[in-house]
Amino acid sequence: MLYTNLKHIESAAQHANVLKENENVMVICGRMGPMCIPVYGIAEELESTYPNVAFFDMEFDNPEAHVIRNLPEVRGFMGIPFTIYYKNGKVVKATSSIQSKAQVTAILDEQFGK
Amino acid sequence: MNKKYDVVVLGAGPAGLTAGIYLSRARQKTLILSDGPVGGQMILTHEIANYPGVESISGYQLANIMKKQAQSFGCEIIANASIQKMELMPLNKSFVLDDGTRIESDAVILATGGRSRTLGVPGEAQFKGRGISYCATCDGDFFTDKEIVVVGGGNSALDEAVSLTKYASKVTIVHMLDAFQASQHAIEEAVNHPKIDIRMETVITAFHGEESLQSVDLKQLKTGETEVFKTDGVFIFIGYVPNTEGFDCCLDLNERQEIVVRTDLSTNVPGVFSAGDNIDKLYRQVTTAVGDGTVAALTAIRYLTEQKK
Repeated sequence: MLYTNLKHIESAAQHANVLKENENVMVICGRMGPMCIPVYGIAEELESTYPNVAFFDMEFDNPEAHVIRNLPEVRGFMGIPFTIYYKNGKVVKATSSIQSKAQVTAILDEQFGK
Repeated sequence: MNKKYDVVVLGAGPAGLTAGIYLSRARQKTLILSDGPVGGQMILTHEIANYPGVESISGYQLANIMKKQAQSFGCEIIANASIQKMELMPLNKSFVLDDGTRIESDAVILATGGRSRTLGVPGEAQFKGRGISYCATCDGDFFTDKEIVVVGGGNSALDEAVSLTKYASKVTIVHMLDAFQASQHAIEEAVNHPKIDIRMETVITAFHGEESLQSVDLKQLKTGETEVFKTDGVFIFIGYVPNTEGFDCCLDLNERQEIVVRTDLSTNVPGVFSAGDNIDKLYRQVTTAVGDGTVAALTAIRYLTEQKK
């Protein structure tokens, strides 16, 4: 259970719906661990700054998270969280492990605009 | 936009949050300003079992309780702030944020904490999260049945090396000195572990790989010999550095770049105080940071009272 203030994705079907219904999506797939919590916090704070982006998290150990864990873009990733940025249902960027606010905003600006 | 506070606390770890609690409760208009998340290094701890009065709690939960406590007394908190400019002068203490907001205060408490030290060698940034990790409990399971390296010689390095043997088929500890700095118990556990090899007086000089880490360059410091060492992962535990960049303009720092403070946690600049992991001290614990935050806040309150006389 991820006790963040982000909206949670709990199934592969919900993941598919989120991508279908939103043009720009950021999904943080992790645990309640030291490298993940700061990224959830950054996303929570950026939600109001980027109304054009739908922010979600997904529990890494949820079997349904195979939709993230098996993405070709995360091959070689060995650090949680896996943070995936989607535009029109396609992965446009993926990062592994902890990221700073500056790194996250740089990706959001580049991929989705403010 | 201009804002004025009695005290700005820079940093939202246990020292900063405690200072915020004490200051706000004493009816000082207080802002906690942090360039990172609320909780600081504390949220990197899965379980805190030595915080008096609380049998066991995660760092994340404890940070959130402290945050709520500070806010309940009226303390304002801005996390993940981007500070563009800072003045820490006797008569001018101000901060400018990236949105142009200018914040002034009569006193400042620097509780900026520390961060994990990195090796700073080629490839480290490229392979972070792709074989290089700074958290065994987070990423250990990615290395099941793999051969890994642990860098460091303190308690964290040796404890985590032993804990990583739950996953890895082999762990090689690489340490630059000729002796470990860890406790005797931690040393014995690591040295006697059948899955652990040890390379003393050795450093990593580069990381190599493609999609993920595949090897490191090792250099034996005594002989100067180098070798390409195949490994699937590297965990780095080489201590912390204080977050004091930019403070050398006006504050006294020691050779480790820690802020030099008096026993009341005042610095050489009137009205500027410091608390927590960024000061010159021996022990760095949540409990010591909380104590520092208390002392710095009480000293700041005394300073503000004297200024108003």
